[in-house]
Amino acid sequence: MAMTVHCDIVSAEEEIFSGLIEFVSLTGSLGDVGITPGHAPLLTEIKPGPVELRKQGGEEDIFYVSGGFLEVQPSKVTIMADTALRAHDMNEAAAEEARKQAEQALSDQNAEFEYSRATSQLAEAAAQLRTIQQIRKKMGK
Amino acid sequence: MAAGKEIKTQIASIQSTRKITSAMEMVAASKMRRAQDRMQASRPYADLMRGVIQHLAKSNPEYKHLYLQEREVKRVGYIVVSSDRGLCGGLNVNAFKTMVKSMSEMHTKGVEIDICAIGSKAAGFFRSYGGNVVAATSGLGDSPEISRLIGSVKIMLDNYADGKLDQLYIVYNSFVNTMTQAPVVEQLLPLKAEDDEESLNHHWDYIYEPDAKELLDGLLTRYIEALVYQTVVENNACEQAARMIAMKSATDNAGDLINDLQRVYNKARQAAITQEISEIVSGAAAV
Repeated sequence: MAMTVHCDIVSAEEEIFSGLIEFVSLTGSLGDVGITPGHAPLLTEIKPGPVELRKQGGEEDIFYVSGGFLEVQPSKVTIMADTALRAHDMNEAAAEEARKQAEQALSDQNAEFEYSRATSQLAEAAAQLRTIQQIRKKMGK
Repeated sequence: MAAGKEIKTQIASIQSTRKITSAMEMVAASKMRRAQDRMQASRPYADLMRGVIQHLAKSNPEYKHLYLQEREVKRVGYIVVSSDRGLCGGLNVNAFKTMVKSMSEMHTKGVEIDICAIGSKAAGFFRSYGGNVVAATSGLGDSPEISRLIGSVKIMLDNYADGKLDQLYIVYNSFVNTMTQAPVVEQLLPLKAEDDEESLNHHWDYIYEPDAKELLDGLLTRYIEALVYQTVVENNACEQAARMIAMKSATDNAGDLINDLQRVYNKARQAAITQEISEIVSGAAAV
């Protein structure tokens, strides 16, 4: 059997996942990170995007996080998300709508325009869409 | 029967008070359940965050963050969490008492104190008691939002970062169970490492992405915010529980009072009737 490590995913509102995993990948602030059991201690910021898990036994699962922090200890992996969603709960239409709105906000810049907020909204919406597409791909296989 | 009428109105007024208190009890009971759920839901995040911070405090970072450094204590900050409304028993008063005790200990050591009041009861208390209130938030409602708290917490954190504060405490009621709420004074900053069994004793440090300073700034600020949020939510659950208990005993007391008054009223009525009969009888005898 493959090696496993304990992984917790929490958001400020609730606990999303807790259990043994074989592998997890997510988007760190310097690019994608893949964690397998026995990884060196690591602390990193997370960017909005999908979190892919391979649970004990090989079953796969995808979550969406909107940013947060990742901590890796030899004995456990902790993902503290700002908000986390089970990817299957996500609504593609809503994500697409959010992306369009964010893009529109970026294109027509009026007086009280908050550039940084609009870009972060756009990044979040794009990440949500990316997550949904990833699930599609998995299910299509 | 003049006395009888007075008692009657008194009973009526106590009855309407009892109606109010029993309604408040039921409202508090249902709100408490929701507040407890909220408290439990936000607990895993705060607990895991605490775990990470503990690891961090025990590691040997290349960059020692301000929040991890012990300084000589000249001025301390207190964040005190209270309810916005009264009628919840001794909940707020107990917390304030605990805090005042800890403050007077600081005073004897010649340490000055700044206060950040969360909830209107705390703001009111320290306005009359005296104390340097530097920040205040109130009207958070039953489902507090983290964004409403960030402002006042930031004032305290900025003061700490500027070296105006050397320690930061938080005072709140911790939810033991529905009947018991215990006031707690907890040290927020600097972060203290607790000894536990799984601590790694050799020299180690995290790999930081991006660099340590940027990451720790974000993480530690988030940690303090999460912790303050958790205490506010917990205090809210305490408030509802305390109010439920207080209103329950008020309802019970009102019932007792009504019973006593009813007895007094009955006695007075009976005495009046007896008197009337004896008057009639003695009148008839005279004829």
